[in-house]
Amino acid sequence: MIRLSIFTQIHEWLYSLMPASSAHILELVLIAAAYLGIFAILGLLLVWLERRVAGFFQLRLGPNRVGPIGLFQTIADALKLVSKELTGTVKADHFLYGAAPYFIITTALMAMALIPFSQEIHAFDINIGVFFIASVSSVGVVGIFLAGWASNNKYSLIGGMRTGIQMISYELSIGMVIVTMTTLAGTLQISELIEMQRNGWFIIQGHFPAILAFMIFMIAGTAESNRVPFDLVEAESELGAGFHTEYSGMNFAYFFLAEFVNLFIISSIAVVLFFGGWLAPFGITDGLHIPFIGLFWFGLKVTAIIFIFMWFRWTFPRFRIDQLLTLEWKYLLPINMVNIVVMALMVWLGLIIKF
Amino acid sequence: MSYFSDIIQGTKSLLTGMRITGNYFFKNFLTRKDVITQQYPDNKDTLKMFDRFRGEVTLAHNENNEHRCDACTTCEKTCPNGSLEVIWDKYKDPETGRNKRVLVKHIYHLEMCTMCGLCIEVCPTNALEWGQDFHHASYDRGQLTKVLNKPGSKVVAGLKG
Amino acid sequence: MEDFLGENIKTQEYFLNMGPQHPATHGVLRLLLKLDGEIVHNVDMDLGYIHRSIEKMCERDTYKQIVHLTDRLDYLSAHINNEAVCLLVEDALNIEVSDRIKVIRTIMSELTRLSSHALWWGVMGMDIGALTTFMYAFRERELINDIFEETCGARLTMNYNVIGGVRYDLHENFVKRVKALLAQLKQKLPEYDKLLTGNVIFRKRLEGIGYISKEDAIAYGLNGPTARGSGVSCDIRKIHPYSAYDRVDFEESIFTEGDSYARYKVRIKEMWQSVHIIEQLIDKIPEGEFRHKTKALIKLPPGDYLQRVETARGDFGVYVHSDGKKSPYRMKFRSPGFANLAALNKMAKGLKIADIVAILSTIDIVVPDIDR
Ligand code: SF4
Ligand code: SF4
Repeated sequence: MIRLSIFTQIHEWLYSLMPASSAHILELVLIAAAYLGIFAILGLLLVWLERRVAGFFQLRLGPNRVGPIGLFQTIADALKLVSKELTGTVKADHFLYGAAPYFIITTALMAMALIPFSQEIHAFDINIGVFFIASVSSVGVVGIFLAGWASNNKYSLIGGMRTGIQMISYELSIGMVIVTMTTLAGTLQISELIEMQRNGWFIIQGHFPAILAFMIFMIAGTAESNRVPFDLVEAESELGAGFHTEYSGMNFAYFFLAEFVNLFIISSIAVVLFFGGWLAPFGITDGLHIPFIGLFWFGLKVTAIIFIFMWFRWTFPRFRIDQLLTLEWKYLLPINMVNIVVMALMVWLGLIIKF
Repeated sequence: MSYFSDIIQGTKSLLTGMRITGNYFFKNFLTRKDVITQQYPDNKDTLKMFDRFRGEVTLAHNENNEHRCDACTTCEKTCPNGSLEVIWDKYKDPETGRNKRVLVKHIYHLEMCTMCGLCIEVCPTNALEWGQDFHHASYDRGQLTKVLNKPGSKVVAGLKG
Repeated sequence: MEDFLGENIKTQEYFLNMGPQHPATHGVLRLLLKLDGEIVHNVDMDLGYIHRSIEKMCERDTYKQIVHLTDRLDYLSAHINNEAVCLLVEDALNIEVSDRIKVIRTIMSELTRLSSHALWWGVMGMDIGALTTFMYAFRERELINDIFEETCGARLTMNYNVIGGVRYDLHENFVKRVKALLAQLKQKLPEYDKLLTGNVIFRKRLEGIGYISKEDAIAYGLNGPTARGSGVSCDIRKIHPYSAYDRVDFEESIFTEGDSYARYKVRIKEMWQSVHIIEQLIDKIPEGEFRHKTKALIKLPPGDYLQRVETARGDFGVYVHSDGKKSPYRMKFRSPGFANLAALNKMAKGLKIADIVAILSTIDIVVPDIDR
């Protein structure tokens, strides 16, 4: 799907250098490396953003020492974490203990491949796109679960168990919201989903049920990314650090980065499903040929959604585990079901708004 | 239907909370007026403590490097924590021919002091005073033991104890 | 559901050490939880990690020296603790202090209560998971601390009371600062309500959690806001008024639900009452001496003495058995937190881990107060 001229040039240059099969493999490796880079930068940037935003919410200044407005603070922190000793518990299940962080970053990376940064920068556009993201990102829970179990620490274990409960429940809501929106769109492929929103974003096309679906998505998305008010997994005041209590140094950093990348992924899905992906609002930049304009709009929308998540985090208290389940099974699920039916009816009766 | 009114009430209360934090966010984002923290080591020079602030016990010296302690050791006896040690020497006053005490070292163990202020209150000659310095952190416990009388200092002439 | 589980699924009880180093225990307190999954079956409290034998040290010290030790009991109510010892000695020696001293002490006590409750509110939010409340509460608390620092010389362990009065006269900025504080509090306390009190998640976390009935509250000897949340009237300021409390008009804040939310509301109401009390006094601080001369070495006549005061956590009692020497033969502090903590097991049984945190927060323990 890479069509930007610079990418095309690299592509042709590679194929001219070596036989097609090895060029293909090399290209894949290069893309993977690029995504790893994006993963790290995105994670660090989001951590910085979170801390900065938290500062403003809490009447503080936030990081402001390293670099302009503290931009390099997280890089300094990451360097510190790299240089730290990797500690572990003696009685841990060492193989699983070591493997757990990789589960999480691998799944996060896999989901990232599907993210349409812009029309051109989109590594992997399969026909079951949204479905693929949803299923892959739910594998990430295995990593958290393993970390909780293998650490051989009761706090970690409780954290891990809570994740299991939470993810299974809220995965359902995410799935049903996706069903609702694909009822409206009639496709699962991400590029097509976005193209269809040229006649108005889905949140406008689907008006009432879409707005409801968006609200449910925001709640379930917060739970998916383990953030306040659903941060029971690492509930600081209850479990210390939850599932990553026993991790240190880089292993801890993986969890930390993956958490923020997951936040980004969830926000991206929201942008794709409701706010037209990389499309400009009302097509205001359609005629102009500005490079990377899609990336700009996509980034702007994602940042806005992420900001809402952060707003949640710095305002709300935390749920208790049974309340979390009540919210999902007694409130979100029935509403969601009704919502699907309403959406289907609307599509059937042609009550959707199109420009 | 309490089910739906619950949802509406709940959402409303959440939005009220978000409005408050949101207000602060935007005010703070635009003006920084509400920031309540201080950039501590940066403002070290301008940071002024209140006059009564109890940072440490000091022995007041005047411009001629004279203090007012006549080594009566009342402070040492009063301190509940044994943080003060007054080391003194005897000498014969050439005028009156009587034995008198002279302060050699007024040792102050900051690490044991609870800033109760009793020593300052009991001192008959008002020799001790509060210092406002609070930068006491150090890597070495020994640095917290201080000698209060400055080197070469003398007692103020004509002090009546 | 419980029965079904019990018969069909074999579960195993396990122990979890909450503390001594744990964010929710507000200090060095160890709770040994017996859990079944997330459900708490038993809570064992293990104390003594920061026992400093202050009571024994008091037997060594003179009465003047004892005063500053009480700062280190419940450090959030330092001023009120000092006051208790001073009142006791003044009573025993029949020293009648001037009105000015009484009023100053009362205002300071209420400021202490406000600062303690502000801290409690911030930490309460943190324990429940709302991290921002902490900074908002500290904004107000910082103002109070500035008042303390300017007048008393320290922010936390003020050590402002001395036997026979207060250490310094009020600073000239005192009235101005207190008025600014009251104005700000009146503006910000409703904000506290909007942010936490009304929040649906917060209410659901507290309502019906940690219930203790009035009878049980009395039987366990609960006191302070914790007991008043169960409908027990136990405000020492009302029962045995000391200092200037007999001349101010205030309401004892009592709620009868007996759950964590009631205890929360009691404290919020107490903040309003403190504002009310200070408002009545701040404009008419009488002139007079701020410190009476006492003997250099104070000796209490032989006998037993008791003084109770209402700290931010409840009924703080000082008991002295004197044999006429310069230091007490036996000194005993009755700390409010100790009695309140004892009821934790009763309150928490059958609830979840997260509820323990909420309950600990609403009974507002300060571990140095419990351990002494
Ligand atoms: S302030 Fe108190 S503890 Fe410190 S030296 Fe003086 S008497 Fe001792
Ligand atoms: S400082 Fe004061 S009390 Fe202490 S020895 Fe000197 S004169 Fe006496």
